[in-house]
Amino acid sequence: MKVCVVGCGAVGSLFAANLAQLDDVEVWAYDQAEEHVEAINERGLRLSGAGDVVGRLRATSDAEELPECEFGIVATKAMHTSPAIQATAPVFANGCVATVQNGLGNEEALAEHVDRVIRGTTFPAGKLLGPGRVQWEVKGDTTFGPFEASPAPLREIERLADACTRAGMPAQAVADARGPQWRKVIFNAATNPIGALTGLTHGRVCEDTALRRLVSDLVDEGKAVAAAQEIVLDADPEDLIDHAAKPEVAYDHKASMLQDVEGRRPTEIDYLNGGIVRFGDELGIPTPLNRSIWALVKGLERSW
Amino acid sequence: MKVCVVGAGAIGSLFAAHLAKVTEVAVLTRREEHARALNEHGLRVSGRHDFTARLTAATAAFDLPDFGLGIIATKATGLEAAAASLEQRFPNATIMTVQNGLGAEDVVRRHGEWPLVSAVTFMSGTKHSDTHVEYILDTATWLGPYGDTPFERVQEIAGLLVDSGLRAEALPDLRPAQWSKLIFNATVNGVSALTGLPHDPHFAAEGDVADLGHLVRELVEEGKRVAAAAGVDLRDDPWEMNVLATKRGSAHYPSMLEDVEAQRPTEVELINGALVREAERCDVPAPLHTALYRLVKAREASYA
Repeated sequence: MKVCVVGCGAVGSLFAANLAQLDDVEVWAYDQAEEHVEAINERGLRLSGAGDVVGRLRATSDAEELPECEFGIVATKAMHTSPAIQATAPVFANGCVATVQNGLGNEEALAEHVDRVIRGTTFPAGKLLGPGRVQWEVKGDTTFGPFEASPAPLREIERLADACTRAGMPAQAVADARGPQWRKVIFNAATNPIGALTGLTHGRVCEDTALRRLVSDLVDEGKAVAAAQEIVLDADPEDLIDHAAKPEVAYDHKASMLQDVEGRRPTEIDYLNGGIVRFGDELGIPTPLNRSIWALVKGLERSW
Repeated sequence: MKVCVVGAGAIGSLFAAHLAKVTEVAVLTRREEHARALNEHGLRVSGRHDFTARLTAATAAFDLPDFGLGIIATKATGLEAAAASLEQRFPNATIMTVQNGLGAEDVVRRHGEWPLVSAVTFMSGTKHSDTHVEYILDTATWLGPYGDTPFERVQEIAGLLVDSGLRAEALPDLRPAQWSKLIFNATVNGVSALTGLPHDPHFAAEGDVADLGHLVRELVEEGKRVAAAAGVDLRDDPWEMNVLATKRGSAHYPSMLEDVEAQRPTEVELINGALVREAERCDVPAPLHTALYRLVKAREASYA
């Protein structure tokens, strides 16, 4: 089977390099960074850290070069979803496309260009070290399920999950994949922008009791929006937040949004807090704090 | 009426230089070289007015001649030390506070029984050096009695300010003006400090759902509900103050933004903290101002 990873940054690379280990899977990567593409084609895609892997695959910045594929795995930053899928959509004319991106709204963006969409949430994380080289920082599970409005068939989702699992990226196919997605979104929306606005690491955010209360208030708004859609969270974001604050877990972790702010790169706020607000508005659930945080981070981006 | 100005930042310098044209003025500074420079070179005003004032300066209160009016013009963060330096001295003085926010008078009261005058000032300036201040906005200073200070005393001081070339007005009850500025400052300074934006048209923009104007409006509305519960009839609508200020040619850099950029303590306690405490006292919910207050406090905590 042919799989094309669209957006071969840190997370995309984890899927691409691992899937390339399988004899029955041919992996392609579509990415705009030409140096990265050249390095992958010349020397392979190298992962180090949680696992040492060299993936042999074909990479390109030109969507015309891609063969028709049965599966797409979209891993761009959320704001690049639309142009990326617009360019690659013909490749998936008969295939299914999964998102493993952060936030809310990616499935909807994919469905504007392809017919069979897979809702995905992934927890492994990494960091781009240089062209063709990625640090695999954390292993973790992935959940795939149909996107209700433009669903991929469950047996196809199972084929993708099976391939990922065999490749060392444990994945599960489920009928309703919204629980893990909302759990992750609520976690990220309650913690990432607080780090970005204050400059504090995750652990320091959590040990400031007043600030930790603000985090909980943000979580509660997200939970209310999820509950209004009858989404059952697969874990309580509060427990995950407290767990991550432990010194041996992620006390010193600077939220990716804080790293974006420090590097003056656009953040994914529109898809995190902005996503919660949009769903809240549609469902008539008030989200005043998420709305405020969204506006503050947008303001921060506009100050550059 | 001899005058002593404590603290010669932009506002203190503007008061001192103007008043020196009509009476004897002494300035109490923190730094020795600041006092020496003022004694040697005088204090130059440019911008709206253009002159150089002669005055005396000292760094210790026991070096000051007796005075009838003391203006404490330090930032809120220097208020306690300034009031302490006057303790048990100057029995004939009336003390005027011009700090942003609420509660400056209470801090001074803890250090002496002087009659107190509350003031809010809308003039602004930029200090180019210890001996040069540019007078930028020649908007008024409003004065009102605090406690049982006679109103005639307030009128006398306002008259002195007007004679010196500044705009000033005595009000029997300052709270409507003080609270208008409190809500304005808590909103604008807090949002500015967190976003890095100077007070520019973003603060009035309401075109897009995530535009900052929506948040500013919500913060103002919340502040107005607190004022109403506290029995204060606002003099000016803080939202209109905001819109008007953003229409001026050049964007103002709120001191709270300058403070966080320089990693200095901010005036958040007397401004945002005061508003949040008033909300609690009056039992009015203020979730957005509470969030803003917590975030700015956390930003201060992030300084290395």
